[in-house]
Amino acid sequence: MTDAARIRNFCIIAHIDHGKSTLADRLLEVTGAVEERDMRAQWLDTMDLERERGITIKANSVSIRYKPEGGDEYLLNLIDTPGHVDFSYEVSRSLAACEGALLLVDASQGIEAQTLANAYLAIESGLEVIPVINKIDLPAADPERVAKEMVGILGGTTDEVLAVSAKTGAGVPELLDMIVAKLPPPGGVSDAPPRALVFDSYYDTYRGVVCHIRMVDGTLNKGDQVRFMATDVVAAADEIGIENPDPLPLAKLHRGEVGYLITGIKEIDLLRVGDTVTLATHGATEPLPGYSEPKPMVFSGIFPTDGDDFERLRDALEKLRLNDSSLVYRAETSRALGFGFRAGFLGLLHMEIVRERLEREYDLDLVTTAPSVEYEARTTDGIVKRVSSPQDLPDRAVLESIAEPYVKVMIITPSSYVGTVMELVQQKRGEMGEMTYLSPTRVEMHYDIPLAEIVFDFFDQLKSRTKGYASLDYEPGPYRTSDLVRVDILLNSMPVDAFSTIVHRDKAFQYGRRMSTRLRELIPRQLFDVPIQAAIGGRIIARETIKAKRKDVTAKCYGGDITRKRKLLEKQKEGKKRMKMVGAVEVPQEAFISALRIDE
Amino acid sequence: MLAPDSVELADLAAGWRSAYVHIPFCRRRCPYCDFAVVAPGDAGADDIPALTDRYLAALHTEIEMEPEWEPLAALNFGGGTPSAIGPQAIAELIEHIGSRFSIDPGAEVSIEANPEDVSEELIAGLVAAGVNRISLGVQSLDDAVLLALGRSHTAAEAVAAMEACLPDLSVGVDLIFGTPGESLGSWRSTVDQTLALFPHHVSAYALTVETGTQLWKSVRDGAAAPDADDQADKYEYLMLRAGDANLVRYEVSNYSRPGHTCRYNLATWGQGEYLGFGLGAHGHRDGVRRRNVRAINAYLAAAERGDRPEAGSEVEPDPEVERLILGLRRTCGVDLGDREQAASTDSGVRRLIDAGVVAIERGRMVVLKPLLTDEVGATVLSLSA
Ligand SMILES: Nc1nc2c(ncn2[C@@H]2O[C@H](COP(=O)(O)OP(=O)(O)OP(=O)(O)O)[C@@H](O)[C@H]2O)c(=O)[nH]1
Ligand code: SF4
Ligand SMILES: [Mg+2]
Repeated sequence: MTDAARIRNFCIIAHIDHGKSTLADRLLEVTGAVEERDMRAQWLDTMDLERERGITIKANSVSIRYKPEGGDEYLLNLIDTPGHVDFSYEVSRSLAACEGALLLVDASQGIEAQTLANAYLAIESGLEVIPVINKIDLPAADPERVAKEMVGILGGTTDEVLAVSAKTGAGVPELLDMIVAKLPPPGGVSDAPPRALVFDSYYDTYRGVVCHIRMVDGTLNKGDQVRFMATDVVAAADEIGIENPDPLPLAKLHRGEVGYLITGIKEIDLLRVGDTVTLATHGATEPLPGYSEPKPMVFSGIFPTDGDDFERLRDALEKLRLNDSSLVYRAETSRALGFGFRAGFLGLLHMEIVRERLEREYDLDLVTTAPSVEYEARTTDGIVKRVSSPQDLPDRAVLESIAEPYVKVMIITPSSYVGTVMELVQQKRGEMGEMTYLSPTRVEMHYDIPLAEIVFDFFDQLKSRTKGYASLDYEPGPYRTSDLVRVDILLNSMPVDAFSTIVHRDKAFQYGRRMSTRLRELIPRQLFDVPIQAAIGGRIIARETIKAKRKDVTAKCYGGDITRKRKLLEKQKEGKKRMKMVGAVEVPQEAFISALRIDE
Repeated sequence: MLAPDSVELADLAAGWRSAYVHIPFCRRRCPYCDFAVVAPGDAGADDIPALTDRYLAALHTEIEMEPEWEPLAALNFGGGTPSAIGPQAIAELIEHIGSRFSIDPGAEVSIEANPEDVSEELIAGLVAAGVNRISLGVQSLDDAVLLALGRSHTAAEAVAAMEACLPDLSVGVDLIFGTPGESLGSWRSTVDQTLALFPHHVSAYALTVETGTQLWKSVRDGAAAPDADDQADKYEYLMLRAGDANLVRYEVSNYSRPGHTCRYNLATWGQGEYLGFGLGAHGHRDGVRRRNVRAINAYLAAAERGDRPEAGSEVEPDPEVERLILGLRRTCGVDLGDREQAASTDSGVRRLIDAGVVAIERGRMVVLKPLLTDEVGATVLSLSA
């Protein structure tokens, strides 16, 4: 065992792409945890999607042994966190397992929105923060300026800011010494009943549910009967150990250590992240603070292209949820798309990733409907209903008002783009808050903006209008009543639920027109004229017509080649089978997919 | 005399036996054509006269190999350009076929010809050989359109050819509509001029872009494609005017005066049986559909070896459904037979009836909007007994 005084638990936090995972690589390498020949870039990013996209999606923990020159060996438990705003939930739960944090800033970029957001999270959680400037090897690096910016938020002096290159390894040995010297050892009580925080859990086909735990008090033994306090589930600790980085089974886990726990339990819902593990008998009575549940921000319908795949989709979602507790879903039926699910996501990137994993890992073909936020609909009898699917909106006759979620947005931008940012925010119905200068050239701006506006193209717009220099972070804020309406799309006078959306009245016309022109192009001509209408309640706001098809016959007889003729007809017949009937209108599956693609 | 669009004539035609002889040689390949054609410049076609001799010999061999059959009610020379081989060769083929299978006294003996090949001698030669019908590849009476179609004749030559044939033969005029660049006015004038000559028969086909053709390549590379609505307008114009020349539409694309309905054509849509001789020809005999090879060398080699130059054959998978999809192309429609019950409850058929595309009367399905016949065919394919 390692004396708790020689344990350091810390996480690496930063804005996206500032080099957290690369720094973790160097720490693994310098301490010899991973042999040089086994090393590969972003070693801890193991998911295929993480490797392909070059971003961290899930927080990853690893234990390393470090022996400073002439000193005793230390056990360092490090958690690499994701930088993307969709996954800030991962950051908060990592922080709860640590006493310290390395706050990393790209020397060529300076402080950005998630730098600030994550720094504040760490400070609020009472963590000791070590400011680190990374990428000093870059020609555009400006460590002095960045150091000043960091002191501006963290206090202290610029010479307390460490400068490293996660690429070359420069400064990494000094950083290790700093971790040992500056970060506090874990607190807790050694001879109390064991208490451990479950800060992560995932499903492994071979090992069942693996919990990552942070020991807070006491000692846990292999074979102990343990109790998960929130769910009140009792099980035997079949295997305990640390990941170094390969799993290393141990007989005991002590106060302050970070490790894993495997029980015979297969249902991930029983082993919740944020729960406290103690002994089944003579255990602790007070659970640890734990976490609040991650809150889904956007919702979308997920439907199998082929209705027969519904059961497979259900299985896939269940399996995926084992490794992604932030994914929530419930069954949903669409007249147009059949049986599927309404799922909630942390953001658009999360939604994209889930969809990609479902399609790739489970070989499914999916249609996803336009993302929506969760509205609050108040009816005339005073009841407030949460609405995450436009079709659930109460009837207009009893609908009194609709409130939408706002988010508190922080944008950091070079001061030359302040006007540009303000203009964009205005278009997105944002409300200006505070504005502070981080330095003479960098500004931190605060706004309240409807989440629905952020969800779509806000980020892309912000990036393109500021040539990539502005960064964005947001957190949920209170709901506000807005002038929102549901726009329905009617095909031959029948509403098509998959295309309904809730939007601000000012944008209803734009949506209606875009959708109806798109559908006119996507739906093949039918035997009769098909009107496409966009409507708010009974009022038509846009209209297009698909003119009736007049000719499809291939008028020649192919020199007696009847077989070919029949094959052509058979192909046409197969095509008909793949059509979804919306009333009397045949709509190809592809039309739904293309119309719902969010590319504008 | 039975009306061209009568049920009686259609039923009669279904029982006719016919034969098709394919003559693949053309002066040049038209950009839209995907028939089995041999044109100068093709690989292995340096010496067309020599190739023609071998081809004719192969044809005779193939005719000889076909087992005996019942008498023929129609014999049709198509192509390619059958007039290219001259009346003498035609006469020999008719002679051979007649001796092998016998030809009904009132049979239709028909030949396709391009206007530029028509001459008094040709007509006389053909009549002497026993030919009684000609189908002229007029296509258009607008020189600009003919040029766009890559044809080697002019409108004037086409008119002259029609006038030359009319006194001695039953004349069918083949037209193409909807060529990109052809105006509605141009088409109307083609129709009006053609009808003014009182031909016995008119076939009008919408220009189609067949995969692999020159036309297909240029459309793929951005040239204008035929437009379905434009073609529908043009189709309707002919439909409107045909009666002026006493022509009755008996099939999607075919019109005739009473007594001049193309037997070979009507028999095909009546699921009739026919022999097919020559390059890429199709046959339908004893319930089997067979097709010949499309490559000239393979064809010649097989015949010269004494083998049938067959590329493949198929037993009709569902003859009843086939009868329906073929028969639907006729103006008189088709008897639904044992599918009547299925048709009356099928939602697809219901849609067609609601949209005025078909009508069902006394067990027959009739297509009221002939340009949507494929839509009807695809629906009918799903009907089970
Ligand atoms: N030149 C240079 N490049 C670096 C350095 N550290 C990281 N990078 C590069 O920066 C990019 C992002 O590095 P990551 O380690 O994936 O960044 P991250 O902070 O983990 O990113 P997320 O997990 O997506 O938030 C990669 O292309 C790295 O190679 C450095 O010190 N110098
Ligand atoms: S003349 Fe007829 S068969 Fe010959 S290439 Fe032209 S269209 Fe084809
Ligand atoms: Mg990373």
